[in-house]
Amino acid sequence: MKDHYDIAIIGTGPAGMAAATVASAHVADVLIVDEQPEVGGQIYRGITRQSIKDRTILGDDYYKGQNLAGAFAASNVDHVSGATVWQVSPEREIGISKDGAAHLLTADQVIIATGAQERPFPIPGWTLPGVMTAGSAQILLKSSGITFSNAVFVGTGPLLYLIAYQYLKAGVPIRAILDTTPKSNRLKALPHLPGALSHLGSIMKGWKWIKALKSSGTLFIEGIDDLKITGKNSTEAIEYLVQNKWHRIETSNVFLHQGVVPNVNLAMASGCVYHWNEQKLCWHASTDEWGSSNVPGISIAGDGGGIGGAIAAEYQGRITAYQALYTTNKIKKQERDINVLPTRHALAHEMRIRPFLDAMFRPAVQFRIPTDDATMVCRCEEVTAGKIRASVSLGCAGPNQLKSFTRCGMGPCQGRFCSLSVSELIAEARNISVNELEQLRLRPPVKPLMLAELANLSTFASEDT
Amino acid sequence: MSPAYDAIVVGGGLVGSALAFGLQREGLSTLILDEGDIAFRATRGNFGLVWVQSKGIDFSPYAHWTWESAETWAGLSNLISEITGIDVGYQRPGGAEICVDDKEFAAKRQKMEKLQSHSPHVKFEMLDQKSMAELLPGLSPDVAGGCYFSGDGHANPLNLLRGLHQSFKSMGGVINSDAPVNDIVSQGSSFTAKTKKGEFHSARVILAAGLGTQNLANKVGMDIPVHPDRGQILVTERLKPFLTMPLSKIRQTIEGSVQIGDSHEDAGLDVGMSTPILNKMAIRAVQMFPHLGNARIVRAWSALRIMTPDGYPIYEQSEQHPGAFAAVCHSGVTLAAAHALQVPKYIKEGTLPTSLAPLRTNRFKKEMAHA
Amino acid sequence: MHEIEMNPSPKVSIKFDGQTLQANEGETVAAALLRQTHLAFRTTAVTGTSRGPFCMMGICFDCLVEIDGVPNKQACMTYVENGMRVKRQLGAGDTGVFLSDEEDTQ
Repeated sequence: MKDHYDIAIIGTGPAGMAAATVASAHVADVLIVDEQPEVGGQIYRGITRQSIKDRTILGDDYYKGQNLAGAFAASNVDHVSGATVWQVSPEREIGISKDGAAHLLTADQVIIATGAQERPFPIPGWTLPGVMTAGSAQILLKSSGITFSNAVFVGTGPLLYLIAYQYLKAGVPIRAILDTTPKSNRLKALPHLPGALSHLGSIMKGWKWIKALKSSGTLFIEGIDDLKITGKNSTEAIEYLVQNKWHRIETSNVFLHQGVVPNVNLAMASGCVYHWNEQKLCWHASTDEWGSSNVPGISIAGDGGGIGGAIAAEYQGRITAYQALYTTNKIKKQERDINVLPTRHALAHEMRIRPFLDAMFRPAVQFRIPTDDATMVCRCEEVTAGKIRASVSLGCAGPNQLKSFTRCGMGPCQGRFCSLSVSELIAEARNISVNELEQLRLRPPVKPLMLAELANLSTFASEDT
Repeated sequence: MSPAYDAIVVGGGLVGSALAFGLQREGLSTLILDEGDIAFRATRGNFGLVWVQSKGIDFSPYAHWTWESAETWAGLSNLISEITGIDVGYQRPGGAEICVDDKEFAAKRQKMEKLQSHSPHVKFEMLDQKSMAELLPGLSPDVAGGCYFSGDGHANPLNLLRGLHQSFKSMGGVINSDAPVNDIVSQGSSFTAKTKKGEFHSARVILAAGLGTQNLANKVGMDIPVHPDRGQILVTERLKPFLTMPLSKIRQTIEGSVQIGDSHEDAGLDVGMSTPILNKMAIRAVQMFPHLGNARIVRAWSALRIMTPDGYPIYEQSEQHPGAFAAVCHSGVTLAAAHALQVPKYIKEGTLPTSLAPLRTNRFKKEMAHA
Repeated sequence: MHEIEMNPSPKVSIKFDGQTLQANEGETVAAALLRQTHLAFRTTAVTGTSRGPFCMMGICFDCLVEIDGVPNKQACMTYVENGMRVKRQLGAGDTGVFLSDEEDTQ
């Protein structure tokens, strides 16, 4: 690692890989950092050493990542893997810890491409061992070929149907699929359908997955109104309410999913402004058409700024990289514009399906804001919905104050799995919109850093990069 | 015209809340006017020590004032618990300051002997590494030892603040948040505090607004010099208890997380972080407790201490406008008991006692006269 | 557990709470434990409740285990190595020094 780079990119998912490939074609000093040992982010996890023999299990969309990874591998970028970025200061001082030591370096331009995470799904019992996200099921399948027989898949959204379909293709028995998509979403999504028709292929693909799952004999129940996972020390069963009647399924494994949301912590801690988006029910980066944030020299690309999917992320990565090259005088305006124009068109096309998806798979309010007060909202500090509501009635006005009332948000996840639920919960309790509520203040270290690593801080180039 | 209060306290941090608590308890109807969460809120950066052994080494009035507060702290904690059920996490197991080498050890001993010479209640012990390690398992074999004093302790500053606020409200006190005071006008025997939320009238006004005190003090004939001193804190994940007592630079909370602190910097009003300073703090922490190297930091923040020119508190009543008081200090936790249980009596009577006279601002003028 | 047909990969041997188990080279500790159907990796510091991996991507911090004496390690972010000693983390982690119940200050 050097102590200064022209362009530093955080994250080796599609946005990061695309940005690095563009940037390094024009510039000598490009750094890209990721916690994982291999590239791909989450969506293309395991793409460089995929050892599942049957390619039809994961599907063509996944293997598209190989082209991107190949181009990246051929590029001239300084790739630091297995490294945690614990800070990007507003002055673009980047803190990286790797192999027991912490390093500080600077860059003229930083592109934050930290991707997406699963939306929290706070229902009773969601903290029991055996309950994982649909994303976890994907990671276990892609990285290790591990699957769980007779699991129950719960929730809504394309990624839920995708992993269930991948299980089906792999011949793994599925105990049940409990679909929580509110029936009323269909009517609300209808006006967005014409705009999404340019993606008829994708829509048909998703519909094909659902049809295959339904006709496979797998128990597929729609219109789920309420959920409870039960078990003493581990998952034993899941209960669901449909048409006013409770049912129970025994299982040791539950996979939850109700959409993905931007992984905002690094960008927010760097000072980047995010605004609440009521259609997407999450925070969206306030960036311009170049991905530039309000912080000079810091831009955001890919799902980390707003959900658009893997292909859109790639396009955004390219656009921010061209802008970064132009801003650091590596290319002229004309070259930037010529290269960016077709990418912009392609990106606009990619985004046309989003309003339809956002409306069709909008998670139901009872699965975002728990009605059962005993439901755990802050997993790290074990704070329930009831405790949060009680704090509001004692005068707690927002998520920052909530920390001193309940320690909610003070755990290692730094609000990643609770701040969405907490914000909606407090806003509802105070009868205001999430927009009017203060945002959770995020600060470095964005990921934990060992004290010994901080003690071994180096600001010089390390001998063994 | 809003109802007149017996007292308005400007500033709802640790100092203001403790004073307001005490005033309300003394039967004075009290209003706290607070800037709200946009304030620098020094409270948030407080380390949480209820600390005697390093206070007033060169200034006995401060040493004695600190001792009075430390000795009555348990009483404050119990009161808050009785009124609200809130546990402020107060413990008094004693406290230690570790000296990494013989030079530090000799310097600390010298300071403590000086302190004891005017404050005999500070019965400290200088312990070598072996004796200190018996008190503090995991202490590095390479340190020289340190100073132990049984009268030191710690508490949770945020719980304390919440406990003070809630007790205050339970006793009938009123808090107005999001109400920065922009002007104070004295009219004969009463004061008007002006905010964008309206005007409030009282017989007395107490300025405890941290860094904002000077600006308001000028309006009622006082000169209260304060400047920001930045302190940074590192916090680890919860660990199984290993620290039997707080140290000057490290303490373990009841929840198990370890706080590392006590840096000082002149950084103006910047509440950003300085990684070189965090690096030094980490080095020192690992130097004292090598096993802590494997602990992970999950939070770090900085806050601005309220520093007076000599570091000692200021308690002042305006000569031009009697009934207007100011109180500032950087030890909002240690002095919370004195602020809650003693100072309000003086404010009610209308006179600060002679014991607190050395903590008035004329001490700065004396120094300037000498310079 | 249902295993998909994969290209063979070299095996690695690790210990979990003293028990030896086989893992695939290049996989995470979490995957190795889940393959053996160990769903719970720790108990929480606040209430002693059982927890296991949830997100598998390093952001939920529920898969914390002690690895070779170091506490609070995310099993899903740590890759298996021959001879690695993994232990369930019971309550808060400890970095090798902690008070026994009698010594605990009150």
